[in-house]
Amino acid sequence: MQTIQLPSYKEQSPTVADRFNRLKQRQVILEAENISKIFPTEQGDITALADISFKAYRREFLSVIGPSGCGKSTLIRILSGLESASEGQVLLDGKPVDQPGPERGMVFQGYTLFPWLTVKKNVMFGLEVAGKSQTQARAEALQWIEMVGLEEFVDHYPAQLSGGMKQRVAIARALANQPRVLLMDEPFGALDAQTRARMQSYLMQIWRNVDITIIFITHDLDEAVYLSDRVLVLNANPGTVQEMIEVPVAQPRSPKQHLNPEFLATKEHIESLIHPNRDEEDVLPIIRLTNIKDDIL
Amino acid sequence: MSWLSIQKELPARRKAALILLSFLLPLALWSTISYVPFIWHPMMEIQNAGGSLYLEQGQRVTRNVFEQENRRLMEGGEEVLTGVRANPVYLPPPHNVLTAVYTAFKTKPRRPDDPWLHESLAHSIQVVFYGFLLSSLIGVPLGILCGVFSFFSKLYEPFFEFFRYMPAPVFGALAVAVLGINDGPKVAIIFIGTFFQQVLVIANTTRQLPPSLLEAAQTLGAKGGTLLKKVVLPAIAPTVFLDMRILLGWAWTYLIVAEVVGTSTGITWFINQQAKYRIYENVYAAILMIGIIGLVTDMVLAWIGRNLFVWDGGKRSGLFLFLSELFCGPMDKTFTFTKKRALKHADYTTPEL
Ligand SMILES: Nc1ncnc2c1ncn2[C@@H]1O[C@H](COP(=O)(O)OP(=O)(O)O)[C@@H](O)[C@H]1O
Ligand SMILES: [Mg+2]
Repeated sequence: MQTIQLPSYKEQSPTVADRFNRLKQRQVILEAENISKIFPTEQGDITALADISFKAYRREFLSVIGPSGCGKSTLIRILSGLESASEGQVLLDGKPVDQPGPERGMVFQGYTLFPWLTVKKNVMFGLEVAGKSQTQARAEALQWIEMVGLEEFVDHYPAQLSGGMKQRVAIARALANQPRVLLMDEPFGALDAQTRARMQSYLMQIWRNVDITIIFITHDLDEAVYLSDRVLVLNANPGTVQEMIEVPVAQPRSPKQHLNPEFLATKEHIESLIHPNRDEEDVLPIIRLTNIKDDIL
Repeated sequence: MSWLSIQKELPARRKAALILLSFLLPLALWSTISYVPFIWHPMMEIQNAGGSLYLEQGQRVTRNVFEQENRRLMEGGEEVLTGVRANPVYLPPPHNVLTAVYTAFKTKPRRPDDPWLHESLAHSIQVVFYGFLLSSLIGVPLGILCGVFSFFSKLYEPFFEFFRYMPAPVFGALAVAVLGINDGPKVAIIFIGTFFQQVLVIANTTRQLPPSLLEAAQTLGAKGGTLLKKVVLPAIAPTVFLDMRILLGWAWTYLIVAEVVGTSTGITWFINQQAKYRIYENVYAAILMIGIIGLVTDMVLAWIGRNLFVWDGGKRSGLFLFLSELFCGPMDKTFTFTKKRALKHADYTTPEL
């Protein structure tokens, strides 16, 4: 058997290194400062997050990855203001925030379009709340709907859309408020593989063309590496920062890069962080029920 | 395909047949008992009273009495009774009841001051309407507040939970003492019977609102009153509408109690009166009318609901569009759910961005 020698994921080409230098000189949009979260429950306190700090720079695509239950959703809910931190604070453009607001758009894993509103009205929701006139709101909403390629479906209700379409509307709805940062909690988690790949491509195109910082939660390694500038890897129990990885794959990304050595090396590295003991196969206590001579070896 | 397969919908035609049968079976039973002379018919209707001193033509007596009297008459050498087998007077045959549904409206009240049937019915509907309206005007907003704010929930619901176990009719005497003997206490009984359930049911419906919708709205900038108006109300509207249909049914069931509180009125008075006169086909006709009014109201409301809440799986019909445009001006008509099936497949052909 051959083993492919992968380069170290840390070996960055000069162009990539230069990109990260330039990224970090940009304005900090969102900053998490020593965030901890403790849920008091009847069985005692659950420490979901402990001392998490990081910065997201302007127009950065930052993914957060970690095993299920490590506190990813809790983290993004704190960033959005839906949950308050037990300790630490969230800074948006340097100012602390503790309430949800339209300047931090959010796309949830579950479908949260308003089922009683058409696609158009869903996207208009934030604009109307912001006090824009019907005409203005409608015109802006249509632009965003066009951007996610759903102009044929403006008058459809969410129940008539497929899962992928619903998430595209949710993205348009969040972007219509022109938020500083778009928070996405496993937005493609419920989609089938093909639709998911297509959604990733849509999201990349939107991100490249809009002045938006994206914080993207996922538990899919490939997705994290493919989409992101940087990947924040979390530990479980309690959720702490394990490593902030600078993905050494050139931008703009394309599907071919899935096979780049740097891409594979980065994946490999994150995999080893998340599942350190993955070489030890779990052995089931199975009694052999077939004849050994029948095995195809 | 089998008629009985677990958790499988029957084909439309079989369903229609069964729905029809569910009405025809009781009717068939009733007809059999009424029209087949040797089934049941425990009485004899006297056709010729003969020499009997105390039986008259048209009277119904049990077969025992009939035979005894005949034996007595034969021994005394008098003319014997003749008669046909009959059912008791309280079980009129279907055709009598059906004609009564019509003739009852045409029959003049025996005493000139008494109301006609349609007046009695209108009075009943009015009592239910006011009781239900009054209850809903307070109960629906309060229920929604209880569902949204823990404050109101804890302030009101425990007491209402307790109160609803006291049957509304027991407040009849009190209601008369406070509100006099006219319609006041009747409306009050309907109100008491509906209100407490209503607050609890609506509060519960409101609590079923998925928190994720509220959270999504918050991240879009909505707060406080805007959340209530733009998210809570539209989200719960179809379920609240359904709740109201069920609650209206309950309000109807309190009607009969309400109408004997104070002075007997409305359809209940009519029924009691007709029973006193022993015109049982009118009694049945009146009971049937209550059922029909209830069913038709519910069907109309269900139809309105389907048209109003298109997004919740309903369907907008041409008649509804016509009526709503007649009364409220044009509204959007973008959507029928028949398109939905075609759309399921559309995602795969959606143009690239
Ligand atoms: N409201 C809550 N009350 C108590 N424990 C919670 C609550 N929300 C989350 N947790 C706990 O916090 C941990 C992290 O949850 P979550 O953020 O949903 O993880 P992830 O999104 O990474 O799967 C889990 O152990 C979960 O049980
Ligand atoms: Mg999660």
